[in-house]
Amino acid sequence: MIILFYIAAAIAVISTVCVILQSNIVHALIYLITSLLSVAVIFYVLGAPFAAMLEAIVYAGAIMVLFLFVIMMLNLGQHTRDQEKSWLTSKVWIAPSIMSGILLVQLLNVLSELDHDVELIRVGVLEVSALLFGPYVLAVELASILLLAGLVSAYHLAKK
Amino acid sequence: MQSIPIEHGLILAGILFSLGLIGVLTRRNVVFVLMSLEIMLNASGLAFIVAASRWGHAEGQIMFLMILTLAAAEVAVGLGLIIQMYRRFNTVDINVLSKMKG
Repeated sequence: MIILFYIAAAIAVISTVCVILQSNIVHALIYLITSLLSVAVIFYVLGAPFAAMLEAIVYAGAIMVLFLFVIMMLNLGQHTRDQEKSWLTSKVWIAPSIMSGILLVQLLNVLSELDHDVELIRVGVLEVSALLFGPYVLAVELASILLLAGLVSAYHLAKK
Repeated sequence: MQSIPIEHGLILAGILFSLGLIGVLTRRNVVFVLMSLEIMLNASGLAFIVAASRWGHAEGQIMFLMILTLAAAEVAVGLGLIIQMYRRFNTVDINVLSKMKG
């Protein structure tokens, strides 16, 4: 189980690096799907099977297909790929990478003060859904209204 | 079963978040910016899941569900805006948006 976590973590990091370095947009999307699926494996290993399932279905399935459809509609060709290559110079990378690196070091510094060796507890579908349709039912309703608002505004924005 | 150290999960979330941040700051293609935002949202969801497993509460997974909903709505609106932008300016360069009036 523990080796599975590290393999999936390595795949997630490598494919995310590939996403932000890639100039071909469809390849970047495939790498992103790989990254999301490996994060789904990590969720399962951490003891959250419901979240893992949702990650695979909603993130890697629905949201990425939405991206794919829009890329298909935009019909970006070789011109965009060349333009992308010309934008990705090393000069652009340095400052943001240093800033993000400093942020990451600070984060690791904070995390080093955590207590070690705590047993992870598996939280199954039953517990999550009992809470979801018990005390948090209003949040579910609000989430559905948010999705409806997103649907309506996306339709309105993309209309000619 | 050997347990996974909790800080390793949080470190992974931090690394993914930083990578997404680098993507947002460096890319000029607006589709890539949106994809990097997805990476960042996913990393924060991972942190919630790790915390949920650490304390054995289901609330962390419910927060992940909310993040998932937020990401779906955000992507739908963002992609609608990208389509509209491509129609107006015929490019996906985010710099042309600074030429907008108002």
